[in-house]
Amino acid sequence: MSRVILAYIENNGVEVPKGSLSTIQAALLLKKAHNYSGLVGLLLGGDGTEEAAKKVAAFGLDEVLYVKNNLLKTYLATNYALAFKKVLETLAPTVVLALADTRGRDLMPRISQHLDAGQASDVIEFVDGGRFKRPMYAGNVLATVEITTARKVVTVRQSAFDVAKSGASECPIRELSIDISADSGMEFLSFDTVKSARPQLVEADRIVSGGVSLKSKENFEKYIVALADVLGAAVGASRAAVDAEYAPNDWQVGQTGKIVAPKLYIAVGISGAIQHIAGMKSSKTIVAINKDPEAPIFDVADYGLVADLYQAVPELISVLTASKS
Amino acid sequence: MAKILVPIKRVVDYETKVRIHADGNKISEDGVKWIVNPFDEIAVEEAIRLKEQKGDVEVVVASIGPDGTSEQLRTALAMGADRAIHVNTDAYIDSDAAHRILAEIYLRDSFQLVIMGKQAIDSDASQTGQLLAARLGLPQATFASKLVIDDSFATATVVREVDGGLETLRIKLPAVVTTDLRLNQPRYPSLPGIVKAKKKPLDVIELSGLGIDTAPKVRIVSMQPPAPRKAGVKVGSVAELLDKLSNEAKVI
Ligand SMILES: Cc1cc2nc3c(=O)[nH]c(=O)nc-3n(C[C@H](O)[C@H](O)[C@H](O)COP(=O)(O)OP(=O)(O)OC[C@H]3O[C@@H](n4cnc5c(N)ncnc54)[C@H](O)[C@@H]3O)c2cc1C
Ligand SMILES: Cc1cc2nc3c(=O)[nH]c(=O)nc-3n(C[C@H](O)[C@H](O)[C@H](O)COP(=O)(O)OP(=O)(O)OC[C@H]3O[C@@H](n4cnc5c(N)ncnc54)[C@H](O)[C@@H]3O)c2cc1C
Repeated sequence: MSRVILAYIENNGVEVPKGSLSTIQAALLLKKAHNYSGLVGLLLGGDGTEEAAKKVAAFGLDEVLYVKNNLLKTYLATNYALAFKKVLETLAPTVVLALADTRGRDLMPRISQHLDAGQASDVIEFVDGGRFKRPMYAGNVLATVEITTARKVVTVRQSAFDVAKSGASECPIRELSIDISADSGMEFLSFDTVKSARPQLVEADRIVSGGVSLKSKENFEKYIVALADVLGAAVGASRAAVDAEYAPNDWQVGQTGKIVAPKLYIAVGISGAIQHIAGMKSSKTIVAINKDPEAPIFDVADYGLVADLYQAVPELISVLTASKS
Repeated sequence: MAKILVPIKRVVDYETKVRIHADGNKISEDGVKWIVNPFDEIAVEEAIRLKEQKGDVEVVVASIGPDGTSEQLRTALAMGADRAIHVNTDAYIDSDAAHRILAEIYLRDSFQLVIMGKQAIDSDASQTGQLLAARLGLPQATFASKLVIDDSFATATVVREVDGGLETLRIKLPAVVTTDLRLNQPRYPSLPGIVKAKKKPLDVIELSGLGIDTAPKVRIVSMQPPAPRKAGVKVGSVAELLDKLSNEAKVI
């Protein structure tokens, strides 16, 4: 029996997001370490999907399949699940692998249900072909789980895998034509983008995060965003800062927000609740600035500065700005 | 009358520092405090608000778990839910098993809406709602931060917290909606609420009587504590911090 991995690759009609390059990397690792016979990429979308498919042809996959259909132009769970199921009628992968971002988390359980397969979510390591490591209990526990069904669905944590590199010889690309009906009971109305010229949180090498201690949206801009700008960093926030609307939801770092692992993470005025730490403790170097010497964030910080952020952050910004010019 | 089903899960309090059981594949339950999964509390609150807005609505809460699970159901009743269903079991229930049981409960009645948590804060699988929607062939709106239902309970407009921003969808009901943190701020049960809750119906059903295959599809083989980070240092000034970052950690 051939054992094939099917990796779901996102696209926006032009590009393949960096996260999906981590999906490919994870799939390549799984294939190599556990003797899968093939690795097929799958893209779903509207116009432009073919172009996006071409962009991943040289990443070491064995084949890239794509489905182009007007109903797949904007993502809707029902339509995507329907198209995915049709693809699975022509291909019987042993493992379906996708990213554990909001898209993957929304879509993959629908695929698991269809396949009657067990799903391991947010996997950070492959133990063997059927066993996976994943954090539980806000990262307090690292569990090894076993999917007991023959077919398996896995979502992977982006920050735990590098991005795949292109350079392999180009693999075949094939279009699958698929009929899906129009009324799925879901309709896309609008998307309100967090506009930002800064790096994406989960892809950034450096992150500056602020807490509720910033007291206002204006201060959040003036201190956190400004510090991030001089460092070329992405901006993160604690849940409390997001709840208070100092920062958009997309910036929440933590167990129930984004999981990040940059080279440098600077937590400013964040207490270090375990739900926050769950989202950033894999960062290479952690800096904490907090006026309370007992704040739990100092337990995970490589460098802790006990200081009032309203003094320390402007000083940091001015020294860094001066050293840049 | 519109009926809303709210599945709630009993989880270990998020304030608790969990310890791994000597068996190595589960959490020690000695002395732990149990709570309603915070995302499910948000789901209960949302359902109660819909009832308060629209009047003729019944809010049914359901949970799968051991004897003590009735306590979490009473909490939901005290918040304002109308009745509760406790599927009693000591068995290990994964997301797959949970969604099969919840589908059975859904099909025994006629619900217009299911509202549940986007994830359970213990296993963080974030699967059950989507599995349930798929099994029942229903639309889904996960990670909701705003929910507006029309008066005839025919459609819902939902704002979803997704990567990169906020997405707005319209979905036909019945459907499954899963809650994100910003949907609402759940109320505390009031004293009269707690008193009333004692008289509200709470049906206990034995899982074994339902004839559902709940063999886990995902089994926990072992658990280990995560590798600790090595202890860091305190620095005395911004200058010292910058010096360490550039000369020691070499990150700037
Ligand atoms: C179900 C659930 C999910 C959650 N998910 C997440 C999540 O994903 N991410 C997350 O972050 N949280 C999450 N939380 C919330 C978490 O428990 C904390 O409440 C939150 O992280 C606290 O945010 P904070 O550090 O900004 O605020 P606080 O805990 O209030 O801390 C503020 C800190 O700022 C310091 N401070 C105040 N003024 C100054 C100053 N002038 N200079 C320097 N320091 C100052 C204080 O000493 C304090 O340490 C979740 C909670 C629950 C229940
Ligand atoms: C009796 C029992 C014993 C368990 N023993 C262990 C153990 O030894 N070790 C261990 O690590 N885990 C144990 N678990 C937890 C198990 O691993 C799964 O976490 C869980 O049942 C599936 O939920 P999830 O976290 O995947 O849900 P998610 O998919 O993350 O949950 C999303 C939503 O689904 C709903 N939901 C999920 N589960 C239930 C439920 N049981 N009842 C009602 N609604 C629900 C809630 O609305 C929740 O917000 C046990 C669970 C039960 C019920």
